[in-house]
Amino acid sequence: MSDQVDDLVSAHSTALIGVNGGPPAVTGTAPRPTAWDRVKLARHPERPRTLDYIERLTTGFIEMHGDRSAGDDQALIGGMAQFGDRTVMVLGHQKGRATNENIARNFGMPRPEGYRKAERLMTHAAKFGLPVVSFIDTPGADPGISSEERGQGVAIAESLLTMADLPVPLVAVVIGEGGSGGALAIGVADRLLMLENAIYAVASPEGCAAILWKDAAKAPEAAETMRITAPELLRFEIIDAVIPEPTPAHLAAEATIKAVGAAIAHHLDALESAYLRGDPRGGDRLRADRYAKFRRIGSWRDGPF
Amino acid sequence: MVRSFFHRHGKFQPVAPDDGRAEQKIPDDLWVKCPRCQELLYSKQLEQNARVCPKCAYHFRLRARERIFLLADDGTFHEWDKDIAPRDPLGFADGSGTYAEKLVTTRRKSGETEALVTGRATIGGHRVALAVCDFDFLGASMGSVFGEKLVRAIERAGDRNIPLLTISASGGARMHEGMFSLMQMAKSVAALARLGNAGVPHISLLTDPCYGGVTASYATVADVILAEPGALIGFAGPRVIEQITKQKLPEGFQTAEFLLQHGMIDLIAERTSLRTTLTTLLAHYGRAADHQAMLNPAPRHRPSEVALTLTEQGVVAAHVPALSLAGRSVSHAEPSPHHE
Ligand SMILES: [Zn+2]
Repeated sequence: MSDQVDDLVSAHSTALIGVNGGPPAVTGTAPRPTAWDRVKLARHPERPRTLDYIERLTTGFIEMHGDRSAGDDQALIGGMAQFGDRTVMVLGHQKGRATNENIARNFGMPRPEGYRKAERLMTHAAKFGLPVVSFIDTPGADPGISSEERGQGVAIAESLLTMADLPVPLVAVVIGEGGSGGALAIGVADRLLMLENAIYAVASPEGCAAILWKDAAKAPEAAETMRITAPELLRFEIIDAVIPEPTPAHLAAEATIKAVGAAIAHHLDALESAYLRGDPRGGDRLRADRYAKFRRIGSWRDGPF
Repeated sequence: MVRSFFHRHGKFQPVAPDDGRAEQKIPDDLWVKCPRCQELLYSKQLEQNARVCPKCAYHFRLRARERIFLLADDGTFHEWDKDIAPRDPLGFADGSGTYAEKLVTTRRKSGETEALVTGRATIGGHRVALAVCDFDFLGASMGSVFGEKLVRAIERAGDRNIPLLTISASGGARMHEGMFSLMQMAKSVAALARLGNAGVPHISLLTDPCYGGVTASYATVADVILAEPGALIGFAGPRVIEQITKQKLPEGFQTAEFLLQHGMIDLIAERTSLRTTLTTLLAHYGRAADHQAMLNPAPRHRPSEVALTLTEQGVVAAHVPALSLAGRSVSHAEPSPHHE
């Protein structure tokens, strides 16, 4: 772990900037943002979205719509695109900016058909040996009546299952909000990366505060104790790398997108070299190591009480 | 094949709580009011009917060990990994105190050490690996220990080629363990992917209530999904849905019957005939496996590349360096007696 990350971890609770005013500036030697600052940065409406990354980092994107069953979900998009000299399968949650677009995109909250489309595209990727790159940016899976009727839980579970067993490299990047199971559904990856101001949480801080504090206004406290920031999750070895954001992404879209592109390229290269170059059984090794990676996540103690 | 646990009190009780308050026994002279039909039921009569209301078939909730007692052949249940203990990796504290304190109280009140009880048994003579939720332990929320015990049970089922039966009742993820908790969804499903590749069946019984991370992971990644009558099963909780959508929920929303209608489960399984249903299912899978072995006597592919050896005592022997890290706490460097 680098010193820089240690600094981030130790300093994240000392700074309290931007809570009452605008978003905090994260530059040079300025105080590090709190977890709650990062929640606001991660949700910033001007933050680059999945389609911004696809547009700037890839060419020849062919969006593949629909789950072949119930509909096409605009909150979870995907398709083939050329990234460097590879064709990859890109998946991502897509939030909107203006109100109309936000409604069309359901605020980035996928319905079951979104997860079933993602699963279809992952299976397609496996068939043609395409690496999968996914961009995570969702408040969570859609909590609506019709989503329940169409099996939101099963749809997420089956996406997890397909991803866990995919014989091609998977790189996922949390670019904004990593909202619980709805985020994880496209995040069972060989390499899980996070932008420095992204968050990844088991529940929204507001939801957690409402349940455990009986007061949603305690969200900033919940955000702190839930350990949802990239440096903390790196320390827990739940993610594999933090992509620095010297300036918050909404103020430096170009630089952020470029850094994310470089990180994805680096990890895809590394995975291909380690598993696939000259090894026809490499896909099996990749799956076995992906299993080992998730297998050891947890915090417990063996032995009598 | 109704089994009563009335006359067998104590045999399958939770491990002794230190203050005796977790006693599950309903005194013989107690009357219980059915929450659905309001009928006053003599508790003895209720116990003898597997805690199903004899008037309206309302299924009362059961503790993990009561379920196991109800299903397993007498004396065949052998528990696994009872000593895996939770930690507090986040140093989590909410308005009412720390997670560490909460664990102590919960352990005392529930008489259980964690929210999932695992082990092996036979049902109608068929061997089965069991993983059963105990809702009284923090709403059977899925933390690290839940995930680890579940995955060890899945791996043992795979190594021994015995079907897996999971019985779920859970509020979902355990918020006190943050992302460690969320990742148990991926971990358990990844283990089931390997079990599936090995051709070992997973039967999932959903009981009241099943929500969130459990519904969206291992509990619905199953070859057969059964649900108890009236059980509430969903991804988002009804209150959240009402708050967010401002819509009135339809009649019977998220009940087992609702899920059946919408094609999400295979079967509604009445508790009083559950042993028969499971025995029949297990017999089918047993015959299928025998027939496959007859057609193709070559050894079946096993998921033993997992490189873990799980003994009856729950000791993990790692053959792959990466896996020797199992059990570590990367956040708090409290030494683990077995793994560090
Ligand atoms: Zn009744």
